[in-house]
Amino acid sequence: MNTMNMRDEPLVYELSRVGRTGCSLPKSDVPEYQVPGDLVREELDLPELDELTVVRHFTRLSQKNFSIDTEFYPLGSCTMKYNPKVNEVAASNPGWKNLHPLVGDEYAQGALELIWRLQEGLREVGGFAAASLQPAAGAHGEFSGVLMIRAALRERGDRARKKMLIPDSAHGTNPASCTMAGFVTQTVPSGQDGNIDMAALRAALDETVAGIMITNPNTLGLFERNIEEICRLVHEAGGYVYGDGANMNALTGVFRPGSSGVDVMHFNLHKTFSTPHGGGGPGAGMVAANETLASYLPGPIAVRHKSGYTLEMPPKSIGRMKAFYGNFGVLVRAYSYLLMTGANGLRRVAENAVLNANYLKSLVEGVYPVPYKRNCMHEFVAKGTVAAGVHTLDIAKRLIDYGFHPPTIYFPLIVQEALMIEPTETESKDTLDLYADALKRIAGEAASQPELLHDAPHGAPVGRLDEVMAARCPILCYRG
Amino acid sequence: MPFVPNTDAERAEMLRAVGASSVEELFSDIPEHLHIKGLDLPDGISEIEALNEVDSLAERNVQTKKMDWFLGAGAYYDYIPAAVPALAGRGEFLTAYTPYQPEVSQGTLQAIFEYQSMAAKLLGMSVVNASHYDGATALAEAVLMAWKARDGRNRILLPRELHPEYAQVIETYCTSFDIEFVRYGGAPENAPIDDKTAAIVIAYPNFSGEIYPVKKAADRAHEAGALCIVQADPLMCALMKSPGEQGADIVTAEGQSLGNPLNFGGPYLGIMGTTDALVRRMPGRIVGETKDKNGKRGFVLTLSTREQHIRREKAVSNICSNQGLSMLQTCIYLATLGKQGLREIARQSYDKAHYAAELIGGIPGYSVRSSQFFREFLVETPRAAAQIVRALGQRGIVPGFALSRYYPDRRNELLICVTEMNTRTQIERLAAALREASR
Ligand SMILES: Cc1ncc(COP(=O)(O)O)c(C=O)c1O
Repeated sequence: MNTMNMRDEPLVYELSRVGRTGCSLPKSDVPEYQVPGDLVREELDLPELDELTVVRHFTRLSQKNFSIDTEFYPLGSCTMKYNPKVNEVAASNPGWKNLHPLVGDEYAQGALELIWRLQEGLREVGGFAAASLQPAAGAHGEFSGVLMIRAALRERGDRARKKMLIPDSAHGTNPASCTMAGFVTQTVPSGQDGNIDMAALRAALDETVAGIMITNPNTLGLFERNIEEICRLVHEAGGYVYGDGANMNALTGVFRPGSSGVDVMHFNLHKTFSTPHGGGGPGAGMVAANETLASYLPGPIAVRHKSGYTLEMPPKSIGRMKAFYGNFGVLVRAYSYLLMTGANGLRRVAENAVLNANYLKSLVEGVYPVPYKRNCMHEFVAKGTVAAGVHTLDIAKRLIDYGFHPPTIYFPLIVQEALMIEPTETESKDTLDLYADALKRIAGEAASQPELLHDAPHGAPVGRLDEVMAARCPILCYRG
Repeated sequence: MPFVPNTDAERAEMLRAVGASSVEELFSDIPEHLHIKGLDLPDGISEIEALNEVDSLAERNVQTKKMDWFLGAGAYYDYIPAAVPALAGRGEFLTAYTPYQPEVSQGTLQAIFEYQSMAAKLLGMSVVNASHYDGATALAEAVLMAWKARDGRNRILLPRELHPEYAQVIETYCTSFDIEFVRYGGAPENAPIDDKTAAIVIAYPNFSGEIYPVKKAADRAHEAGALCIVQADPLMCALMKSPGEQGADIVTAEGQSLGNPLNFGGPYLGIMGTTDALVRRMPGRIVGETKDKNGKRGFVLTLSTREQHIRREKAVSNICSNQGLSMLQTCIYLATLGKQGLREIARQSYDKAHYAAELIGGIPGYSVRSSQFFREFLVETPRAAAQIVRALGQRGIVPGFALSRYYPDRRNELLICVTEMNTRTQIERLAAALREASR
């Protein structure tokens, strides 16, 4: 923890001194023109800082973060794997940074070829007919995919199909995306083994079903063993299958969702394909589809011709999801990663992600109950029920004192006191051993000195924060 | 292979601990016939080779820096101070996740709070969220937000001169709902606002560069019980009245030009701000100030009951990952330039654009169509604008955006953008080249 910056850091506004600036600009070499009187702005309340103050300020702020580069960060469902530095170098080439999106296809052939190659590569990894790199994140890919399902249903004349099935272990973006596409959701429960309850699924499949959204492996870290049967049943009932690919890191080079009957799917390139999360984004949420739905993909997408590459709208496209062509800078990073891993590497990614998760599970499951007794995929869910009066939140906060980022907690919603742990393939056995040791010691502390957990973290820049106050009397903007 | 540290010996030891005889066994839940033999992709290559390959693609593109650049149309070639990428690229920012554990994410959280504060003041709003995917999706979400906030009204007024790609994104986002879009031309205060209208969208400036003051239209919207949404150029707000001080209820903007490179269209920054009255309807993450148990100031994600991870299908939006790093770039950009620097950039852009318009307006055959503009203006050309763009391209000048690319029947219209990056010499070269191209 001594790597963290414990000093109070003032806000940029508090560091401001009238008359300072952090950047020199050339003198204007043209005459001044009058701004129309009714448009002139009087006040501009921005801070005034010199460059060194800015540099120290943001450097110090950065030191108040845990990050992959500084700590083990096993956040379940988020795939916090190492983000290769070479990706940053690849993406910072001026040929990308200074490339204007409207320069015209003929002047951007390198970019179009990269988009095309990445579309093709990801399509192959997923086992689909075509892919679009438009979506800016996973949820954006979901929204695209359910809109594609909607469009296909309408083309069939099936306007009454409004029901989208969502397993109870699903991420919150799944039902929220359905709402944005005008669907109503129905929850499908999980069975004893952590997979979709097949009887409940059959019962839900009626003539109003538009489709199902499936995460595989699901958010319990378990492979949906009945995936083919699920897809078959949904198709028979007249619906489509959406695949949430957030957990694709378990499966690259091992299994192709497209071959199991999934019709349309997104990948989170900011998870599986190693692009950095940037403290919240940007991501990239490629969406791919089989022959049935490919023509509805959002566009434009890159197309290869004999004479070169163009950007085109798929024939029945749902349209644009954002301006221009996706989070291109993120796509460059993902492509660089795809080149370096390749067919053999992607398989090793999945193998090691799954091995690491099972190994870590084997180390801690004697202490932290794991509700489903199966091999996990790239992550597993345990329960923080190690001592009376101690909660998962306390364990998570105590992990910080040991120099580890907590796992995802209280998700999925179907496991009480959930700790969702995803080590990823880029962590070594040594790190996993240390993490397991910390978890076991914390379980010991939970029994002997619970207040140590209740008051944790002890060594972070701030203690536990009052979130109730933050929401009740919101301060969302500096009020100096 | 790189990025996987464990050795074969360690893997064997781990398998023993797990009680599995092979890694394949761990995948036994996958039905046998669905296991694939291998992907139809080349095997992985080294860092040197990969970088060479990506670089060789990058070098095949035409760069702003190597030309006299006057193309904007929604993405702008502006200077980015060296401190911005140097700081935003620090691993502690770059490789952190969404700040769900606030005690070890104060760096990201405080930076978001600072961004929210600076962006809110720039736009004149009381609150700005932590970002959308880009300006277009921010506007589309604003339209949905306004439509839901004005129950029973299903009409949205959109300017005819709205960035065509923004209009397309709005169409995609709203396709599932019963929303009627009415396009209006000219000044927004003359738009047909009525009791069916949920909101009017004002582009400030519009796609052809024209600036219409917001105030009158906002007042009219409010009298009619509708909301006023403004899609603004945030840099323009450093020089001209903010949408907030003119009565906007929701403001959206593309923040790319504030510290984010062109990057062939992304990642950019969707900015959205609103009033206190509407904040609980606003999508996106929001950071708030609070205290820890010792009374020390700290920051947390707040008002999350709007969001998908709490409200699921009842959430105001499905957005989860946003454009955090682009937001951070803009935060550092605003802090670095500060009040004077941002004003100066806006000022120089304004002056240079007006100087260019004056020169070009004086060339026989050309006429400047915009009357009030900031850094982008519409010119009627004597020949097809696309031809002029092609001809000047050969000479190292990208003179602007030929509107025919979006509107085939608007053949003789060229949208010219001038920023602080353009020198007087470049502007004069552009004017001379346009003069020649008219013959
Ligand atoms: C299972 C699952 N689905 C969807 C998402 C949404 O992805 P994004 O945050 O990229 O929008 C996530 C990640 O947050 C996830 O873990």
